[in-house]
Amino acid sequence: MEFFRIKKDIPFMRYALILNAISLITFLAAVFFLWQKGLNLSIEFTGGTVIEVQYEKAAELEIIRNAVTTLGYGEVNVQNFGSSKDVMIRLPLIKNADGTIMSSSDQSKSVLSKLQDIDSSVHLQRVEYVGPQVGEELLYGGIKALLFVVIGIVIYLSIRFEWKFALAGIIANLHDVIIILGFFAFFHWEFSLSVLAAVLAVLGYSVNESVVIFDRIRENFRRFRKLDTPDIIDSAITSTMSRTIITHGSTQMMVLSMLLFGGATLHYFAVALTIGILFGIYSSVFVAAAIAMWLGVKREDLVKIEAKVEKDQARLDDPNYGAKV
Amino acid sequence: MNRYPLWKYAVIGVALIIGVIYSVPNLFGEVPAIQIAPARAGLKIDSRLHEKIDAALQKADLLKSQTGFEELSQEGVIRIRFNDTDSQLKAKDIIEKELNPDQANTDYIVALALVANTPNGLMSINALPMPLGLDLRGGVYFLLKVDMQGALEKKLAALATDARSRLRDKSIRYQSIDKKNSQLFIKFATAEDANKAKDTLIDGIPDMLFESEKGIDSFLLKGIFKQASIQATQENALKQNIITLNKRVNELAVKEPVIQKQGVDRIVVQLPGVQDTARAKDIIGRTATLEARLADPLQSSIGPLDTPPIGMDAFKFGDRQGVFKKGVIITGDRIIDASAGFDQNQRPSVNLTLDAAGGRAMQEMTRENLQKPMGMILFEKGKGEVLTIATIQGEFGSKFQITGQPTTQSANDLALLLRAGSLAAPMEIIEERTIGPSLGAENIEKGFKSLVYGFIAIAIFMLAYYMLFGFFSVVALAVNLLLLIAVLSMLQATLSLPGIAAMALALGMAIDSNVLINERIREELRQGTNPQLAISTGFEKAWATIFDSNVTTLIAGLALLAFGSGPIKGFAIVHCLGILTSMFSAVFFSRGLVNLWYGSKKKLQSVSIG
Repeated sequence: MEFFRIKKDIPFMRYALILNAISLITFLAAVFFLWQKGLNLSIEFTGGTVIEVQYEKAAELEIIRNAVTTLGYGEVNVQNFGSSKDVMIRLPLIKNADGTIMSSSDQSKSVLSKLQDIDSSVHLQRVEYVGPQVGEELLYGGIKALLFVVIGIVIYLSIRFEWKFALAGIIANLHDVIIILGFFAFFHWEFSLSVLAAVLAVLGYSVNESVVIFDRIRENFRRFRKLDTPDIIDSAITSTMSRTIITHGSTQMMVLSMLLFGGATLHYFAVALTIGILFGIYSSVFVAAAIAMWLGVKREDLVKIEAKVEKDQARLDDPNYGAKV
Repeated sequence: MNRYPLWKYAVIGVALIIGVIYSVPNLFGEVPAIQIAPARAGLKIDSRLHEKIDAALQKADLLKSQTGFEELSQEGVIRIRFNDTDSQLKAKDIIEKELNPDQANTDYIVALALVANTPNGLMSINALPMPLGLDLRGGVYFLLKVDMQGALEKKLAALATDARSRLRDKSIRYQSIDKKNSQLFIKFATAEDANKAKDTLIDGIPDMLFESEKGIDSFLLKGIFKQASIQATQENALKQNIITLNKRVNELAVKEPVIQKQGVDRIVVQLPGVQDTARAKDIIGRTATLEARLADPLQSSIGPLDTPPIGMDAFKFGDRQGVFKKGVIITGDRIIDASAGFDQNQRPSVNLTLDAAGGRAMQEMTRENLQKPMGMILFEKGKGEVLTIATIQGEFGSKFQITGQPTTQSANDLALLLRAGSLAAPMEIIEERTIGPSLGAENIEKGFKSLVYGFIAIAIFMLAYYMLFGFFSVVALAVNLLLLIAVLSMLQATLSLPGIAAMALALGMAIDSNVLINERIREELRQGTNPQLAISTGFEKAWATIFDSNVTTLIAGLALLAFGSGPIKGFAIVHCLGILTSMFSAVFFSRGLVNLWYGSKKKLQSVSIG
């Protein structure tokens, strides 16, 4: 079986301007929603309490919401979680009269007893409490991790290839990250620690994609000495396209499986990965290479370095090596 | 060209054998067991105890359902496995009765537990299943912050008392001793007194630096903590609180609790499998400190709304208020043990043991205050509550009894509260996760399901798309999973739901390497390269790309590992290890398979790659 038997190179770079315009618009839209709506940060970042309870029958959210509101905890968020029987209640941090933060055990206890008054079948599934200090640390930890990844990848790609590729790769993939965040802002999905993990994992993963194409560009520069840069890039993208789709498809199968069977806990994790993988393909194929082209990547940038480092590669440079006549 | 030397096959073989051995323990599940640990230091786990338990079980005809007996001298516990929950429960009652004839004063903690049902042979080479995280088996996680300022305040209070008694010993007259901003201010009427006091205190209290200051109409001595002393106080506070937490957790009889220091002022407590989470929270979250003080000899209690006399403090005491002097005799951290018992007249009492310093302070105080009332006050969240007020009957030191408890139960409760109160510094829960056991089981099932179905989907696709090479890829992927589980089990990394997700993702990403290789081989074949050469070039050319792309993924993994916390760390560890094992399985191992299959065929016309 083979899905992609492409005889002629597809002239991707001819449409580079349009493709990049599309991603620029998506990017700007994402930035706009992030700015306008903001991320719906989970209590892991903001501090607060999440209480998950389970009923024997479908829960009536309105009654629960009213009951919890009477406790005077300010803005409470009550919603179904996974099934109609499971309810998730989010409470903000509450200060006691003396200025100390109310302990989560007090909070969850009073909420649970209130709910038990209404329906005795309710039972506690999970409580998660994050103090304000920890929330702040987690947020900064996340930002630091993101910076670490970006800088680490730029350095690695600069060493392995060239700064133009490094820059192009990281711009393309940060654009993915922003778009994932934009989706979370637009749909008001909860942005939790596991979503952050998914975002960073996908950042590392879709840089792969750029790496594969850059690798091929470098190889093509060595093999086809007569072609100019756009043609080289077109050929590189065309020949790696099959692999790109197959790999991402396989990874997406796994992620889809998590989305379908992983339950509510893994839901947004899988959603973030899905968006990341789909846009990862797009940005690596259409954005990264085009940016590298506009940054003026040349044969000399890559081949010169190669010749020094890997002399024994020379035989592989010969396209006719080992061919049978 | 597509042949591996023997040693490479040997490496693969060894890796597979090790992989199987260390991942197999995860399949055995858990069996009911009873865990026995000494309740007091000094009691040992020895063969006499073993015989005693065996005899008791023999008598109850339960010996035959006992399937394993381990003495873990390192952890200081005995674990007895049973083949069903029924006999486990019966045996618990019997052992409890046998080992703790006196219910009020238990010698051993006998707890129900679930232990890994790993065969002894595997256990002896440390092949153990991965411990499950709280999100998979239910339990409680707390992150506690020790109030270091509070610890310093307490130390300051103790030093103020110390200074008072030293000045009194030397008959140096002072006007007042005040505490402000973690500093001690002692006022004197004359410069001579102040100087004498300075010499005495510099010798006597090495924790502080003393400076003289001239006040308006008095001479002031200012005591400031030394930096080293602040550090030592904080370290001690942390250590002491961990010890106290250990004691409290022992009361809960949890299997494999984790109580660890994190950073400078934090403690992580994990109680896996705890069913009664509310009680666990109550016991762990109790932010209590204890103080022993002299009560007002004239009027030890006043009405609930009365104001205490000047220079006295009042605390809630039942319906009334207890009145106490300001000086603290000892704080809870001096208490080594408090247990319920009986005095010589067979009345319920609480027996207290103090450490040496506490004993000295107590002796000095009791000598001077015979027949006067003394009380114990428990401070919780800044509010004091009087536990007991008793009259000092004689001079005593490190060991003494508090009598006057109406029942054994109340003596027991008091002992528990006194023990609980021996925290060096107040603590605050800054992060908490409670997961019900049913949710844990659900999480395992869901995580496992997504992994399996994802794997099956990928396997079917790879087989259809790449035929025999797809089969090699799937085997390599399975080996990847095997090795990943084996490495995680060897490291005894805790498996959590994010960990399972990372495992699934690692497999989804690892297949990338095989796709790269297979695509390259196909490409070579399309260009008319002969099959053997195509395989060889395909692997070689793909390798550089695989390496590059794995490095970038690894960078992301390391960032998560370095800056993430809690659940994210679990994800990151599996993610990083998954990348490393995939390099072995997808490149080295799958090449081995291909070589084994095609390598020996000299006149290979075609390969099955779809």
